[in-house]
Amino acid sequence: MTLAAESLSVRLGDKQVLDGVEAVFAAGKITAVVGPNGAGKSTLLACLAGLRRPQAGRARLDDWALLDLPPRERAKHIAFLPQTPEVAWAIDVRTLVGLGRTAFTGPWGQGDEDRAAVDRALAATELEPFADRVVGTLSGGERARALIARAIAGEPDWLLADEPLAGLDPGHALDAADLFRALAGEGRGVILTLHDLAAAIRMADRVLVLAEGRVLADGAPLDALTSATLAQAYGVEARVVDGLGGPMVEVVGRAR
Amino acid sequence: MKSMSRPVFYVAICALLAVLAVASLSAGRVWVPWSAWAATSNDPRWAIVFSLRLPRTLLAMMVGAALGVSGAALQGYTRNPLAEPGVLGVSSMAALGAVLTLYLGVATQAAWILPVAAMIGAAVGVVMLLALAGATSSSVTFILAGIIVQTFATAAVALAMNLAPNPWAVNEIINWVMGSLADRSVAEVQLAAPGVIIGVGVLLTLGRALDALTLGETGARSLGINMGLTRLLLGFGVACAVGASVAVTGMIGFVGLIIPHLLRPVIGARPGALLLPSALAGAALILAADMLVRITPAATEIRLGVAMAILGGPFFLIVLIALRRKVA
Repeated sequence: MTLAAESLSVRLGDKQVLDGVEAVFAAGKITAVVGPNGAGKSTLLACLAGLRRPQAGRARLDDWALLDLPPRERAKHIAFLPQTPEVAWAIDVRTLVGLGRTAFTGPWGQGDEDRAAVDRALAATELEPFADRVVGTLSGGERARALIARAIAGEPDWLLADEPLAGLDPGHALDAADLFRALAGEGRGVILTLHDLAAAIRMADRVLVLAEGRVLADGAPLDALTSATLAQAYGVEARVVDGLGGPMVEVVGRAR
Repeated sequence: MKSMSRPVFYVAICALLAVLAVASLSAGRVWVPWSAWAATSNDPRWAIVFSLRLPRTLLAMMVGAALGVSGAALQGYTRNPLAEPGVLGVSSMAALGAVLTLYLGVATQAAWILPVAAMIGAAVGVVMLLALAGATSSSVTFILAGIIVQTFATAAVALAMNLAPNPWAVNEIINWVMGSLADRSVAEVQLAAPGVIIGVGVLLTLGRALDALTLGETGARSLGINMGLTRLLLGFGVACAVGASVAVTGMIGFVGLIIPHLLRPVIGARPGALLLPSALAGAALILAADMLVRITPAATEIRLGVAMAILGGPFFLIVLIALRRKVA
């Protein structure tokens, strides 16, 4: 299965947010989309999730133009985790995770298969002890896990997550990384937008650097995140150095 | 968090409805015991039960169900616990539709004109609401839009009274502003039934979409919910249910606000799970409230709409205080 961006262009007001973005994503891999604030990362993700209509180009799932698929069909294949997920009511964790089954649920509510999938998602995120807790009473890390569990409860082929590590402490960020790694290991495609370049190097099989709506670099993390690319994308002087846990990005200062 | 399983709740609420319905047929200025029902039609009380109280009881249940489920659906859609057809001006717009037919004197030409006008009024109200609130899913915007719709409708009703050609028209208009179930006949049941049944039926299909909307509009769309269709069905359902109710009983507020709030602690906060229970509990609330105004000793019967507003005002305040505590 492939998910692809074909000459995606999006204009918001007089700002060209995406400018002819081309990328083909492979199943079973983690792709990190990185870039400075306002580079178009979230917009690209929204297009790939079929939630935004580009002015030009299209997002494609296998041979299907994403926007031509019925919304429910699309939702069975692609799960999307927004950057600041809203949970409006005081529902418990099991109910929240169950929302991930929406596309599969018939008029009479959830069936055995739905409940089994919810149990699997709760187990994968180690949330069983919290299943009956109200979402509002969870800590930030637990809440983030519950939202990831919601996204994977539909057992989608693709998981698109916008800044899934934002607000997580280092421990929980590592747990989340393991979870994404496990999903990719099951043959699912994982596309994440990330601000943390070290996390991108550590987690991703491939890094896509976006700047001003264009693809600046695309490849294996260490090939994509070169000093030249970082200077061009972020306007900083930075280099990839060897850390204790593997390569990491050291920012020296503003590029001159 | 749930203190009652759904089957237990449904059995309990249906039993309560049955008890209230029987009581509603029996209670009033003249108490009609069960024995009189079984008697032949020679008993004069038989007529009281079947031509006065039966339509009134049926209407109370229909209107309560319509308002209860409309409130639950609007709260689910807006993710705002203060949303309700009365608060958001939909009921007032329905009343405006009814009032315009009275003002223009066309209501007497055919029985269907007034309820249809009320439904159109409610539909215009919902369209205004959705248009004013726009694509933003901010609940503040939605409530502000509701206040605008409400203000417009109230002003237009006042203008109609102001310019009314004769005192009779003013009197009729006041009838719509103060909701009541008194002296309603089988004809009114027949008028309201189609709109209420269609409206409630449509709103009950929205459970999956309203559940998904817990994750916000983007979240719901990513779960495969067609938001355009959801908006259309919500608007159509609320317009039919509220329009048909207001057409035969006038404005009865706060039912849609109170009912979902009372039910959330009992059966949980999932919006889709609140729809059918809100319809049943709304029916029970209006039945009980109507019986109360009927047996309250007063020179003239207290209007149900007035009684609900007197009960609803303080309840609204309590909700606001509880919300402020949660935010603080």
